[in-house]
Amino acid sequence: MAARMQQGSRPGGARFAQFKLVLLGESAVGKSSLVLRFVKDQFDDYRESTIGAAFLTQTIALDDQTTVKFEIWDTAGQERYKSLAPMYYRNANCAVVVYDITQAASLDKAKAWVKELQRQANENIIIALAGNKADLVAEQPDKRAVTTADAEAYAREANLLFFETSAKTAENVKELFTAMAKKLPIEQASQRGMRSAAGRPGGVDLGLRQEPGQQTSGPGGCQC
Amino acid sequence: MPSDEERGAAPAREAKTPPQNEASTREGNTAMEQSRELTPPPLPPRPLHNLMNDPSASPASLRLSTRSSRPRLLSQATTALSLADAHPPSRSESIGASDTPSSRPVSRKQSPSRTVGSNDPGDQDDSASLKSYAPTRDPRFDGESIIGDISKYVPSPAWKALSSQVERDDPLEQLDPKTDYYSLQIEHEFDEIPPIDADGSNEEALLELWKTKLKHFFILSASGKPIYSRHGDDQLISNYIGIAQTLISFYQGAGDQLKGFTAGDTRFVMLSKGPLNLVAVSRLGESDVQLRTQLESLYMQILSTLTLPSMEKMFSNRPSTDLRRPLAGTDVLLDGLADGFTRGSPSTLLSALECLRLRKTHRQAINDTLLKVRLPGLLYGLIVAAGRLVSVVRPKKHSLHPGDLHLIFNMLFEAGSVKAGGGENWIPLCLPGFNNTGYLYMYVSFFSTLENSVPGSERPSSSGKDDELAIVLISANREGFFELQKMRNDLVAQLEKNGSMAVIKAAIRKGHASCSDIVPNTALRHFLYKSRGNVQFTMPSFEPYYHGLVARRRLMTLYATLHDSIHSRTAHLKVQHCVAHDAVALAWETPLFELYCVAGPQASREALTEGANRVVRWIRREEERVFIIGGAVF
Repeated sequence: MAARMQQGSRPGGARFAQFKLVLLGESAVGKSSLVLRFVKDQFDDYRESTIGAAFLTQTIALDDQTTVKFEIWDTAGQERYKSLAPMYYRNANCAVVVYDITQAASLDKAKAWVKELQRQANENIIIALAGNKADLVAEQPDKRAVTTADAEAYAREANLLFFETSAKTAENVKELFTAMAKKLPIEQASQRGMRSAAGRPGGVDLGLRQEPGQQTSGPGGCQC
Repeated sequence: MPSDEERGAAPAREAKTPPQNEASTREGNTAMEQSRELTPPPLPPRPLHNLMNDPSASPASLRLSTRSSRPRLLSQATTALSLADAHPPSRSESIGASDTPSSRPVSRKQSPSRTVGSNDPGDQDDSASLKSYAPTRDPRFDGESIIGDISKYVPSPAWKALSSQVERDDPLEQLDPKTDYYSLQIEHEFDEIPPIDADGSNEEALLELWKTKLKHFFILSASGKPIYSRHGDDQLISNYIGIAQTLISFYQGAGDQLKGFTAGDTRFVMLSKGPLNLVAVSRLGESDVQLRTQLESLYMQILSTLTLPSMEKMFSNRPSTDLRRPLAGTDVLLDGLADGFTRGSPSTLLSALECLRLRKTHRQAINDTLLKVRLPGLLYGLIVAAGRLVSVVRPKKHSLHPGDLHLIFNMLFEAGSVKAGGGENWIPLCLPGFNNTGYLYMYVSFFSTLENSVPGSERPSSSGKDDELAIVLISANREGFFELQKMRNDLVAQLEKNGSMAVIKAAIRKGHASCSDIVPNTALRHFLYKSRGNVQFTMPSFEPYYHGLVARRRLMTLYATLHDSIHSRTAHLKVQHCVAHDAVALAWETPLFELYCVAGPQASREALTEGANRVVRWIRREEERVFIIGGAVF
């Protein structure tokens, strides 16, 4: 598995950076729906559970000069996939931890994910907390189980980006990903990218840790 | 999900392989811990099966062993695992004959000779049954003589009288509401049952609705906890689960497993698998063997999610384990399988797979491409189009189990989530036919072939959305995603370059050929041909005669009856000829193939037989197009 922070300086100062993003959270909070909205601008009312994990990419332009490409791992939320999660977040540059604002327990699960990420993942990982299904609350305010203030307070304390989103209405979805892109170290990625041209730093390629034998096939990070 | 360590050390293991195999498997797993990055993980050895040892196959295996072009048929077959797969395990039982109004065989006890057209009705028992052993490709049995010479057959006056009474031309389309209640009911079979209101006021009505379902599947734990029900939520069905549990445990307590019983027109079949009890309840007239095969498939799906050792561990740690939790999210997969069985799936009935028809050179080009781009981490690679196999690449020693492929196809084409994601997928799964103790990792990428699709072209599966092409690459390395992604990219680039992609897409758009395209001017309306050695089947389009769910279900019921009639333990038939008010049909079994064909109600026996012979000749000509023989092997 590879995470890349590739960066090329284009003529005229244009910048391009590529980051690995992972979505985590309890099952049925809307992780796949957020991704589907972000990547294809679609929404599906009856979406089946994700099986395993899905890999998607989406590129956004931050401004005329800056393009950021996300490589997204949309993981399944079920308990039985938990042991696979480190494989997806291990070298992620950023993570979106999702909960359902109509299910209080899903925030607890989200907090557990944040804790795990802060302990186990890349130390510079940028984490966003997304309270999804805002559309349900807009229709029926009494459905809300997690107040915005509580979640926001937690996010501030844990140093997370925070948005209440709706994959259904697209509310705050683009904003969420754009905010992450802006926080990502694009300049740094540029330097790192140049370093990696001279010999990729070992930490970039997930596969290397597990599979020294693969090294012979070249710096495995760039297989995609 | 167990880690690799757990998997290697798992003590409990179903004793399917002989002891020496087991030992080597374990050794292999240990070796994997040490050097998994250098060598592909060990694959459990296959039990060896010798064609010659199977008495039921003796006439064919004699011929097979002398054939040079396919000398070791089973070892080359794409999907054949063992002879046990080539011969559906259905000779064991024949309880619950599945006679239905639409498709009652004339007589199950009819002697084979009378079912075969013959020029001498008095004395042809031997010749008829001998001839029916003829393998497809033996030139000595060319032409009409395969079943028997029926050209001089003169219909009896009674036959003529009966035939003339049948006036309806498309009886499977026109339903008699009295006799065809079940056929009509199937239109509502897949409607959701709404949840019970908070005050419980609609419970009665919902139970009534629940009882109208023609088919139910339940899975419960040995301690009686509900794990899965196709229809109705826990609250609604808890009483019935309780009754099922009581019945099952009563007989288990007496040391006498309850296998099945009939109540009215409903057949109940039970299957106990370790800590699980599975129950099928059907009013569709399937045989016990067929229902049990369906339950086995549901059980395989559960193993595919959990693996056997991890499921057994959960239950040995805590017998009251609620398996719904670890299985969360897989209901769609179980529903997909169950609904496939209810609609009637030729693939499940025959325990075989269908392939996309391609020219031999085209298939060869695709196989060569697969081998060329293969990376070391690959275990199996599949190209699947609209539920049909296009090509497969596999290690020499390991063929793919049809049951495993069925699970994969179900996941890809019946459950929506993999396809709907629009991305690439990385799915841990256990292929229980391959190795029920550990996980493999499956890379899936879908392509749409829709861009030039022809309106009205047939979509072979019921879901109606599967005119898509999937590349499936399976590895034992859980970190292998990017390696397989690269292989997929190379594969697609090569297939585009050498024109194979266009060939595949064209074949998908073309859909199934109609029966009259395959054998022009025939009385046949549909047929299923299963090549036993390849564990694959082929069939024509359901159109124009079997349009829609009801007609198709009735056709499948007829096939199920035919299948049962030649596979039940008491039947030693090689050829079975059925006449019903709405169709005439023929089942014909040889060691090499099973052929089931159906013609309209007025078709004569000669026409049916001639059609069957022509189908067999067509297959002989097209064998390497309609079946994957060997596949790409490395």
